[in-house]
Amino acid sequence: MSAHHKKVSDIEDKQIQIDKASLWAKLPIIGAVLAVAGFALGYFSPSPGGVFAEDAHLWHAKQWTAYLNGFMFALSLGFGGMIFVIIQHLVRANWSIVVRRLAENAMFTLPFVALGGLPLLMGDTGKNVFEWMHVEEMLHDPMLQAKAAYLNTDAFAARFALYLFLWGVVCLLFWKWSRAQDNAKTTEEADALSYKQRFLAPIGLVVFALSMTFGAFDFMMSLDPHWFSTIFGVYYFAGIALTFHAFLVIVCFFLQRGGMLQGVVTPEHYHDLGKFMFGFTVFWTYIGFSQYFLIWYANIPEETDWFQYRAHGQWLSLSMLVIFGRFVLPFFLLLRRGWKRNPNYLVWMAFFVVGMQFIDMFWLIQPPFAHHAASAAHKAGAVEVAEYFHNSITLTGADFGYFIGFVGLFLALFGWSLTTSKLVAIKDPRLEESLNHENF
Amino acid sequence: MAEPKQVSKQASKQKKFGVLAEYDSAAAIFKACEKVRDAGYKRWDSYTPFPVHNLDKAMGIKPSVLPWIVFACGMTGAASGLLLQWWSSTIAYPLVIAGKPLFSFQANVPVTFELGILFSAFGAVFGMLGLNKLPQLYHPLFNIARFARATDDRFFIAIEASDPKYDLEKTRKLLEETAAVAVEEVDD
Repeated sequence: MSAHHKKVSDIEDKQIQIDKASLWAKLPIIGAVLAVAGFALGYFSPSPGGVFAEDAHLWHAKQWTAYLNGFMFALSLGFGGMIFVIIQHLVRANWSIVVRRLAENAMFTLPFVALGGLPLLMGDTGKNVFEWMHVEEMLHDPMLQAKAAYLNTDAFAARFALYLFLWGVVCLLFWKWSRAQDNAKTTEEADALSYKQRFLAPIGLVVFALSMTFGAFDFMMSLDPHWFSTIFGVYYFAGIALTFHAFLVIVCFFLQRGGMLQGVVTPEHYHDLGKFMFGFTVFWTYIGFSQYFLIWYANIPEETDWFQYRAHGQWLSLSMLVIFGRFVLPFFLLLRRGWKRNPNYLVWMAFFVVGMQFIDMFWLIQPPFAHHAASAAHKAGAVEVAEYFHNSITLTGADFGYFIGFVGLFLALFGWSLTTSKLVAIKDPRLEESLNHENF
Repeated sequence: MAEPKQVSKQASKQKKFGVLAEYDSAAAIFKACEKVRDAGYKRWDSYTPFPVHNLDKAMGIKPSVLPWIVFACGMTGAASGLLLQWWSSTIAYPLVIAGKPLFSFQANVPVTFELGILFSAFGAVFGMLGLNKLPQLYHPLFNIARFARATDDRFFIAIEASDPKYDLEKTRKLLEETAAVAVEEVDD
C-alpha cells in the first residue's frame, strides 16, 4: 500500500556499481598495502625489552599470540558472511536480498583468510602458542595425555585441511552461483541458480556449525589445553553473528555516502540490521554468562582456572570492558526503534560492536599466553616477571601489526570481490520484495 | 398508539456516537483515511477485516507509548527479582550453600533476568489492552447491522461525536465525498 512502489528496472546502474572515482574502487589496493605493512610490522617488530629482554622464546610466543588474535578476528568476518548468506537462503528471506551480495563478498574471504592458519602448522611455530604441541610435556601430564588423540599436530593438520576444503567448497559455490545469476539471460536460469543456493543452504549450515565450532576449539580453546567448554563454539558464533550485522551497517553506510545503493538500501534495512545487532547482543550475553555461570557454580579448579587468570589486575579491567562493551552499553544504546532506523547513529554503534569483537578475541586469546609466561617465570623463581604477567596486559607492535595486517588482508579480498561484481544480486527473482521491504 | 411516539421521541434525544462510513476495498479506505487525517480529526478509527499495511501512516497515528511502559515494567521486574533474592537469601533465610557468599550477583542473574522478561511481557500485554481500552463490553458500532461485515469483507471508518471538529453535516459530507458505499449516523 505504500505510495511509491519501487521496481528493479528503476535501479540505475551507478547505484549498483562501485564508483570508479570513489575510494571504494581502491579498496583492494588499500587493503593490500595495509596487509603488507601490517604483517611486516608484526613480524619484524623488535622485542620491547623489559620482561622480554632475556627470553627470545617468550617474545616469539607473544608475537604468535598476536598473530592468532588478528587471524581469529579477520576469520570471524568471513564466517559472518558465510552464516549470513546461508541463513538468508535457508529461511528464504526477502528483506536481506539488497545486502546479501555484500555478505557474499565477505564470505569469499573466508577460505583465503583461513590460509593464515598455515604458518601455525609449519615447523615449530605452533609450539609458540599451543602448549599441547610440546610432546615431552604432554607425557608428564595425565590430563593432556587423555586428550592426546585429539590434541596432536597430525590430527590438527588433518582437521585444518578439512576445514579449508569445506569452507572453500561452500563459500565459493555460493559466491560463484550468485555472481552467475547476474548474467542470467532468462528468468528460468535465474530461478535455477536461486534454487541451487537454497539447496546448498542446509548442507552449508551443518558444515558451518561443525567446522566453526571445532575451529574455535582448535585455534582458541586449545590454547589452555586443560580447560574445556562445550559452549565455546557457540560463544565464538555469537560474536561472529553480532559483528557481521554491524559490519554490514558500516559497509552500507559508507557505500551510500559514496553515492551508491541510494534508494536500494533504506532505513527499513538498517532497522533490521540494527534489530539483529540488538538481538545478538543479548544472545552473546546469554551464551557468555551461561559459560561462566556453570563454571562458577560447580567451582571445579580445572574449569575455574580459565576465569581465574582473567580476574587479576588489568586482566580484570579487560574482563569488565568485555562485559560492559559487549552487553551493557550496546543493550541500552540499541534499544529504541528510532536509533536503529537512523544510519548516522547506527554506524557508530556498528563501529563499536566490530571493535569489541577484536577486544573479545583479545580476551579469549591473550590471557593464556600471559598465564603460561607467569607460570614459567614462577617456576624459574623470577617473582617479579611472574607478577608482571599475572597482572599486566602487554600491548606491543606485534599486536597492532598483525591486527592491521589481517584487516588489510580481509579488506583486499573483500574489496576485490566488491569491485568486480554488482553491489546487489540484481537478477534475484525476489529482489523487488526486498527493495520495498517495510517494518510494520 | 402512544408507545411508538414515545420511542421516536426518545430516539431523537438519543446521544450520538458518530458517523460510520463503509468501503468495499482496502485501497478505498486507505485514501479515505488520508482525507480524514488531513481534515484534522483526532477521535476516529478505522475497522478492517485484515491488517492493511501502512494504514497507521494514512491515519496519522503517532508512535505508541507502549515501549516505554514495557521498558519501565522490565526494569521494575529485574530490580524486584534482584531485591527478592537479596532479601530472602541474606535477611529472611540466610543459608550458606556450597561455600558461596550469602549474596553473589552470579547466582541471582537467572531469576533477575526472568522477572525482567516476565514483567515486560505483562507490561506489553496489559499495557496494550489498557491503551486499547480493552476489554470493552459494549460498543455502539455493534448495533449497526452492516458493521458485522467488518470481520468479513468490508472496511469502515467511524468518526466519533466527541471529536472537537465533529459536525454532523460537515463530517457526513466529508465521508460522502470519499469512495464510501454507505454513510450513516450511529446512536451511542
